[in-house]
Amino acid sequence: MRTFLLLVSCLVFAIVSVTGLRGTKTMRSPIEIFPDMVRQAKVKEQAPSYFFSDQRASRYPVPGTVPTTDPVDLPYLNTGTIGDYWGDGIPIPVTGETLKTGRERFEIFCSACHGSTGSGNGIATQYGLVGVPNYHSEHTRQMPDGQIFFVITHGQGLMLGYGANLSPEERWAVVAYIRALQLSQNAALSDVPIAERQRLEGK
Amino acid sequence: MANLFGKAANQLPPKIVVGILIIGALTVAGIAYYFTPKYTRVGYMPKQPIPFDHSLHVTGLGLDCRFCHSFVEKSGFSNIPTTQTCMSCHRMVKADSPKLAALRESWETGEPVRWVRVYQLPDYVYFDHSAHVNRGVSCFSCHGEVNLMRTVYHKTPLSMSWCLDCHRNPEYFLRPQEKVFDLGWQAPTGRQQIEMGKQLIEQGKINPSDNCSACHR
Repeated sequence: MRTFLLLVSCLVFAIVSVTGLRGTKTMRSPIEIFPDMVRQAKVKEQAPSYFFSDQRASRYPVPGTVPTTDPVDLPYLNTGTIGDYWGDGIPIPVTGETLKTGRERFEIFCSACHGSTGSGNGIATQYGLVGVPNYHSEHTRQMPDGQIFFVITHGQGLMLGYGANLSPEERWAVVAYIRALQLSQNAALSDVPIAERQRLEGK
Repeated sequence: MANLFGKAANQLPPKIVVGILIIGALTVAGIAYYFTPKYTRVGYMPKQPIPFDHSLHVTGLGLDCRFCHSFVEKSGFSNIPTTQTCMSCHRMVKADSPKLAALRESWETGEPVRWVRVYQLPDYVYFDHSAHVNRGVSCFSCHGEVNLMRTVYHKTPLSMSWCLDCHRNPEYFLRPQEKVFDLGWQAPTGRQQIEMGKQLIEQGKINPSDNCSACHR
């Protein structure tokens, strides 16, 4: 009996030292104990597929393809241009909700470089990013809405486009929020509704 | 014939029974401990082609999860960022770093960076990220404190019973919508969390299914 117990404890010790404990950090791929249909030969997002010669499961759309959700018959909403010129004005309803969306998207996608107030002092500028403009300069304040939309979509100078990450409506919401930021840095007391003025003046 | 079995043979049958019981108990314990994603998946930390540091980008720089995983709110699949997303900064920031060689190669050739997938559900499970993050389930609930991870590893088991723990009692895990992507947020503990969770369930009309067809189609 003693020999048996000794053997069993040796075996347990051997198994535990080879397999390790739960949650140990490891680089080996997870074992699939019951692999039935766990990995199927189907096309999956952002995964390689040997069905296509370039091994991409995510296919490029045919050139010229437009998503059915894009308002193709509304060129200004979609491009920011009217004919050969920048359009001005925001072609979606601007409400508190729009500005909230705009602020949220701005803080996700823009503030890392442009800064939360749009002064061009985002965190990335401390790490060697150069040429970030200040939204409160006269040049940017005079920029038509359509041009700002175009820059968000396709980028400009050193900035790459964010058109793939933001829907047209979200981009317009960001334009609206940028306008709000610009207003916030250049507002006069006369812009404040009379009812609110007293509170601002501390009376 | 009388001496074929010695006196010790009298004790053999109970010894065999005890031995079988010990071996049986150890086998059951071993299977229960090892044949579960808590052992097979948790802790998986593969080597990536680029040693991307989430703690630096999220906690250090304050980037939002959605800056890179930009479709997580709109799509069932939470995307790995495009090379362009990385290059927005890395054409100027650390542009010559040897750690980013795979990124520059991808930028020049147009071939994707071959990241190694860490979290992977079985192909017969249809999980939808947007359905969860838009209803107050934080990234944290499944992916853990990614904001502090230098190298991402598999945090939670993703076993079916683990999914059902939350589907049956979401009040333990839900958080306010604006805190879903705020991984540093401290959730209230104990009764406070349950009360907040119940309120969120009522407000958001959250009714997680525990029907098979919710995830298996």
